[in-house]
Amino acid sequence: MRQQLVKSESFFLDRFGVTPHHVEHTIGRVLGGAVDYADLYFEYRILESVSLEERMVKHASKNVTQGVGVRAIAREKTGYAFSHDITLEDLELAAGTARYIADHSGREVSVGIDGFKRPDRDLYPLRTPVTEIPVSEKIALLNQIDIIGRQHDPRIKHVLANLTSEYKVVLIATSGGMVIGDIQPLTRLSVTCIAEERGNRQTGTFGGGGRVEFSYFFDRDQYRYYTIEAARRAILNLSAVNAPAGMMTVVLGPGWPGILLHEAIGHGLEGDFNRKGVSAFTGRIGQKVASELCTIVDDGTLPFRRGSLNIDDEGTPTSRTVLIEKGILRGYLQDRLNSRLMKMPLTGNGRRESFAYPPMPRMTNTFMMAGESTPEEIIRSVKSGLYAVAFGGGQVDITSGKFVFSASEAYLIEEGRLTNPVKGATLIGNGPDILTRVSMVGSDLKLDEGIGTCGKEGQTVPVGVGLPTLRIDGITVGGTQ
Amino acid sequence: MTKPEELAQALLRKAKGRGSTEGDVLVVEGDSFSVRVRLGEIDKLEHAREHQLGLRLFFGKRSAVTATSDLSLASLDRLLEDTCALAQSTAQDQASGLPAPDQYVDNVPDLNLWDQRSEDLSVDEKIQLAKNVEAAALDYDPRITNSEGGNFDHYTTRVLYTNSHGFLGQYKASGFSISAVPVATTNGTMQRDYWYSYRRKFDQLDSAEKVGQVAAMRALRRLGAKKVKTQARPVVFEPLMAARLLSHLAMALSGYAIYKGTSFQVGKLGKQIASPQVTIFDDGTLLAGLGSRPFDGEGIATLKTPVIEQGILKSYLLDTYSARKLAMVSTGNAARGVSDSPTVSPNNFYLAAGPWSPEQIVKTVKSGLYVTELIGFGVNMATGDFSQGAAGLWIERGELTFPVEEITIAGNLNQMLCDIEMVGNDLEMRGKISAPTLKISRMMIAGS
Repeated sequence: MRQQLVKSESFFLDRFGVTPHHVEHTIGRVLGGAVDYADLYFEYRILESVSLEERMVKHASKNVTQGVGVRAIAREKTGYAFSHDITLEDLELAAGTARYIADHSGREVSVGIDGFKRPDRDLYPLRTPVTEIPVSEKIALLNQIDIIGRQHDPRIKHVLANLTSEYKVVLIATSGGMVIGDIQPLTRLSVTCIAEERGNRQTGTFGGGGRVEFSYFFDRDQYRYYTIEAARRAILNLSAVNAPAGMMTVVLGPGWPGILLHEAIGHGLEGDFNRKGVSAFTGRIGQKVASELCTIVDDGTLPFRRGSLNIDDEGTPTSRTVLIEKGILRGYLQDRLNSRLMKMPLTGNGRRESFAYPPMPRMTNTFMMAGESTPEEIIRSVKSGLYAVAFGGGQVDITSGKFVFSASEAYLIEEGRLTNPVKGATLIGNGPDILTRVSMVGSDLKLDEGIGTCGKEGQTVPVGVGLPTLRIDGITVGGTQ
Repeated sequence: MTKPEELAQALLRKAKGRGSTEGDVLVVEGDSFSVRVRLGEIDKLEHAREHQLGLRLFFGKRSAVTATSDLSLASLDRLLEDTCALAQSTAQDQASGLPAPDQYVDNVPDLNLWDQRSEDLSVDEKIQLAKNVEAAALDYDPRITNSEGGNFDHYTTRVLYTNSHGFLGQYKASGFSISAVPVATTNGTMQRDYWYSYRRKFDQLDSAEKVGQVAAMRALRRLGAKKVKTQARPVVFEPLMAARLLSHLAMALSGYAIYKGTSFQVGKLGKQIASPQVTIFDDGTLLAGLGSRPFDGEGIATLKTPVIEQGILKSYLLDTYSARKLAMVSTGNAARGVSDSPTVSPNNFYLAAGPWSPEQIVKTVKSGLYVTELIGFGVNMATGDFSQGAAGLWIERGELTFPVEEITIAGNLNQMLCDIEMVGNDLEMRGKISAPTLKISRMMIAGS
């Protein structure tokens, strides 16, 4: 494996005998007639997972997948085919299917490749990817987590832990003559603790990771922090009271609550929905959609982050895109197809789950810039409301703009002070106006720990979010009281 | 290429030579096709051929699973090396291991899961169906102004499972679906909804015209939706949403959630957990059923299992491992992905039809909510606490009146199951998990 770490371009040549000539020939087969753009996406991926439950590492698995996706674009039309086998014959077959959208003539066009390119930077230079670490070290880590969780409190009865690591080599070739490769490591450690007290059973989950080395989890005892946080949440939930129901002032804590931005704003600003005119944000660039305290960016260039990439899955370098600047809607997230049709700049947001799918505009790391208020003064300013610091998942209907996200750790605010912890509740709002109700933004911007996964049209991709402490004057809280 | 069963059996023989005490191989091959038409033109056309092989080996009570899409001999040799190394580093787990040799299905039954049309339909016919379903939605009403498309999809899957006890079974299954996602507009606001038909048999699909029209009707009825004030009221779930509720229950009844203690159904076997009107089956044997399989992920025959009878919990959903942990017997619910150990998933999991028509149910509600959409997660499996975003129609004096949105509904699944006051007669098997219209007597609706 070691030498394969060095160059993604020679990886596919050495392993599958894919030559520049094959690439030129296949793209040439796809192009022509109505087809005005074509690309190939080669992928080799190792996915390894180790998990602990009932005080033992019962499960270890390793999955090696490889394949190539062939795409043809004729204006708005996309033709896509993929194969698990990376041979010239399979490439030919896939090329034939992809160009079905154009016409049936098979006239071959000649395409010249400029030679292999590497990304201009490396946001995740790793000495040793986590998939190369002996499994015994991973098992030892999970066993240690089990002990820490149980020692934290006698009410912690079960600890579940999982370490998943991925090592992905990609090579992208386009009809523009570009061939570029990347190596994309990714890892995630998650811990769930189950607390029991007099028949009341509660769970708490925490975790983190990124495009990082195994040692990341030992720097500053991260693994210990994850475990204790998971245990603390489970214990806290034992005493949680029912959540309130109705419209109220909500203060969001820093970090992962940034999922608000992902659901309320981010998806609605993806180029495909706006080109098709089905987003609640369609045609609103230049308009005020948030309080002027709000500046929101999507940034795929942050080193070692889960949502970051050197190049997107179409070979475009990722970038920092301002979505909302002081309350004004500034831009959309684009892939190649949509930027071309909308005549807007590429932003490096063309992403896909794997070679089995064509790319779409997707977020990378989406967050709000810090403001001026201290978190303490934000909480102190609220007479009666909810303070939510941890969330599970969220979802949005991009056409009506309605979005939800579900709190898993929250407290009542009474007279400017935090009081009872409350049970989980879903919050619901309207994307195009929720941020107009932001009245205070904290100085404490934090990015999440690196566990987010976003789903769209059946494809999942790793993403990041971030938020400073935020006060929203009115959002519906879906409790029972 | 060598036949999959020969590859698989050769792999198990080699594994035995390496000291493996038990093992199994799963090979899944698939063909899929998908076309989306938008505003009358092809938007996206996809075609895929897939094959993956998963190997699980035991060394005594230790085990590991590996998978690959590269079925070359060199790759399978590497896979074997990896599996042996991984398996020998995991912990001894007393409950692990294959089912006993006498537990496998004898003769693999033909459940009529495959349709020849899966191979015979021409690409042009498929594109035409996607065009027709979208056109039916667009033509339904002038307020349908835009579309996220009309879709036609189909797949064929071939499954081969073999293990070191000598079991070898295989089957193939197909699926066809047609759907439309129209957008309705009024006074500058948009609403989107969808409708679909999904079957194992092409001829059983609803017509493109019907699917498109229902999708349009669903989007139109959401126009002008507003918030209602926060209040506790009866809530009626249309069948699709009732099936969503049922899917949470199915997860909570998985033997894994039970033995790990992450389910609100722990310790409830034999107890009244729902209203006496509630009877639920899990049936893997329905002919041409979307959740049917001739054997489960471990080679065990699927069954028709009464899960809840008149509100009393009769059975959890189990595979061999979770059954051993709970000192019970597998219910034929092992689900096995190529790259994972078995887990549990429902087969055809459905709530039996009751006596009431949906209209009769709505008539009984003085003031309440008819739910047509639920969004978000908002379910705590360990406690049953439930809080989800909702949209639907408001019921006044027994009539569906105006559309509502940006609200949540909340309760606890334990109480919600007991509060099922009426069960509809409109059960239709639209997916793996199906339910008729349900009325829950009271939930908290949060709005303005």
